[in-house]
Amino acid sequence: MQNGKDVKESLNKKANYGPDVNLDDYKVGTYTPEITNDIDDVSDDVKKRMVNVGVMPCKTSRSGTIFFIDNGPSYVSSESKDLELLPIREAAKKYDLSEYLWKAVDPGKDKYTSKTYLEDSDGYFIRVKAGKHIKTPVQTCMLLNRNKQMQNLHNIIIVEENASLEVITGCTTGKHAHESLHVGVSETYVKDGGSLKFSMIHNWSQGTHVRPRSGCIVGRNAKFVNNYIILNKVGSVQSYPATYLNGEGASAKYSSICLGHEGSDIDMGCLVELNAPGTSAEIISRSITLGGRMVARGRLVGRAPGVKAHLECRSLVLNDAGLTLAVPELESTVADVEMTHEAAVGKIARDQVEYLMMRGLTEDEAVGMIVRGFLEGGISGLPPELKKDIDDAIAKANLGS
Amino acid sequence: MLKIKDLHVEAGGKEILRGINLEIMDGQTSVLFGPNGSGKSTLLAAIMGLGHCKVTKGNIVYNGVDITNMPIDERARMGIGMMMQRPPNIVGVKLKDLVRVISKDDSVTDRANEFRMDNFLERDINVGFSGGEIKRSELLQLTAQKPKFVLLDEPESGVDLESIDLVGKKVRELLYEDSHCDLGKTVSALVITHTGQILDHIGADRAYILNDGHIKCSGRPTDLLKDIRERGYKECIQCRMVKM
Ligand SMILES: Nc1ncnc2c1ncn2[C@@H]1O[C@H](COP(=O)(O)OP(=O)(O)O)[C@@H](O)[C@H]1O
Ligand SMILES: [Mg+2]
Repeated sequence: MQNGKDVKESLNKKANYGPDVNLDDYKVGTYTPEITNDIDDVSDDVKKRMVNVGVMPCKTSRSGTIFFIDNGPSYVSSESKDLELLPIREAAKKYDLSEYLWKAVDPGKDKYTSKTYLEDSDGYFIRVKAGKHIKTPVQTCMLLNRNKQMQNLHNIIIVEENASLEVITGCTTGKHAHESLHVGVSETYVKDGGSLKFSMIHNWSQGTHVRPRSGCIVGRNAKFVNNYIILNKVGSVQSYPATYLNGEGASAKYSSICLGHEGSDIDMGCLVELNAPGTSAEIISRSITLGGRMVARGRLVGRAPGVKAHLECRSLVLNDAGLTLAVPELESTVADVEMTHEAAVGKIARDQVEYLMMRGLTEDEAVGMIVRGFLEGGISGLPPELKKDIDDAIAKANLGS
Repeated sequence: MLKIKDLHVEAGGKEILRGINLEIMDGQTSVLFGPNGSGKSTLLAAIMGLGHCKVTKGNIVYNGVDITNMPIDERARMGIGMMMQRPPNIVGVKLKDLVRVISKDDSVTDRANEFRMDNFLERDINVGFSGGEIKRSELLQLTAQKPKFVLLDEPESGVDLESIDLVGKKVRELLYEDSHCDLGKTVSALVITHTGQILDHIGADRAYILNDGHIKCSGRPTDLLKDIRERGYKECIQCRMVKM
């Protein structure tokens, strides 16, 4: 069990992966941002940034919206009585959250979790009542608004027994907040028979450092789908979310799409522990290196009979600068498991480009089509808005049109 | 339509074609026979401009334009189309999306059922396609492309008996595009075939035998096919060389 003193000692503990960030270089962001009464009132610039990360600046087609600026809530609205959506500091006053707080993520893990623990950070609390199915997604938006500041958030999602939910979370920076730090701790609980689809879209500035820390506990026959997309320049992202399939028949699917621009350092990992019989997991990562440092890690751990898991890391390298590293790992402590992985790093196959050119596409069009297919192929059921983002990113990065 | 002069082509650091001369007239269908590995596919690839073949000597003239060093897509836009023997898999790109881009509208995707490809439109191009499915997919793409000169690399190989008529019919439609009644073919073709089955559907004007990187002889397609069937390539070529 953690106590405050132990956690404090972790304030200097570097993360296992990724470049180290000195927390003292950043001021803690404000806990009392400007309140937004109507989501339609936010500035056009912010609106545009929201849309780019899949967040709609309106209530239609969303079951709820929560909007954080820096460290505090700016706007909350829930459209469904089956859904609780509120800042976690408020939720903690209403409920005893001790069985959820710091139970899926260890606060002493590293300096980022430690800081979030000691700050007692705010964040979103989302809970779906047992047996209820929330029809349209809940959207959360995290705006890092000030330069040289640190955003610390602590989020909790609870999908009760036999309930289902989709969450889209978009994280972005304000106009001038180029050199800031985002730290987000997310603890997710999908209880027996529940289902959660969680999509996170990041669109930061080229000097932003990003350290998400996520843990998810999945119950019997429950389902967790997690998508992650980052297409624009960023200073560094280092993330290694963990999922614990603790209930029999639970499943998890992780997909990520990353573009590693020049000057960006992206270290994306993913751990799934298959702790109960008959659990299954799939990790799919698709990345493109354009001169940055791009690391894709994946680790599957099988600890019960009848476990099935697959890991796929594919990376396209488009120029000689930068570095691409794929680290797939499989670990098992029992005999009756079926765990596989495949990893591929390479350039775009010339014969594929020529095949499309043979049909009359220009070389740029052919490359664009292959790259788009490569990225989109990693995530099934990609929302149309995000398809457009991928097209835009491909056009902007000059990967063909 | 197409005139090839003294063409030398290397692939994988080896000289495969050693001085090919060939002329194909407007609306004509020519057939290319030859044993495995003789360089038939390499010749088609060189006409299309695929990167793995390097032209070291000679030239290819298409409709009066020297295309020997022209990029592939420009050749395609000039009206050259090709059905590959073994096209690559394109993971992530749906057949439907490519056909749409080629035809610039939905007119051909809507006709996919004619090619028995309607269930394949949402599939990644060529991924897990059977032999016959690959050929039908190639034909669907070519139909969208509307080429004026088609290169067909073994259109019937790997196609089961049931599909062969469909493949034959669709190749025929490709060659008689926009043609009414008996006006003849409007599209020229160079076809590689081992069995000659495809010729029952499209007819052919002239045939050539390629061996050792040279065109060894030419003649009426039915005559050559009969000789090859009866005596095999080696003897057939020898015999005809003597006659020539
Ligand atoms: N990309 C390549 N690299 C190396 N060798 C090749 C390549 N393409 C073709 N070849 C070789 O060229 C020769 C002719 O091949 P091909 O044109 O495919 O013959 P055919 O179609 O008549 O059976 C073969 O020996 C083949 O192995
Ligand atoms: Mg061949």
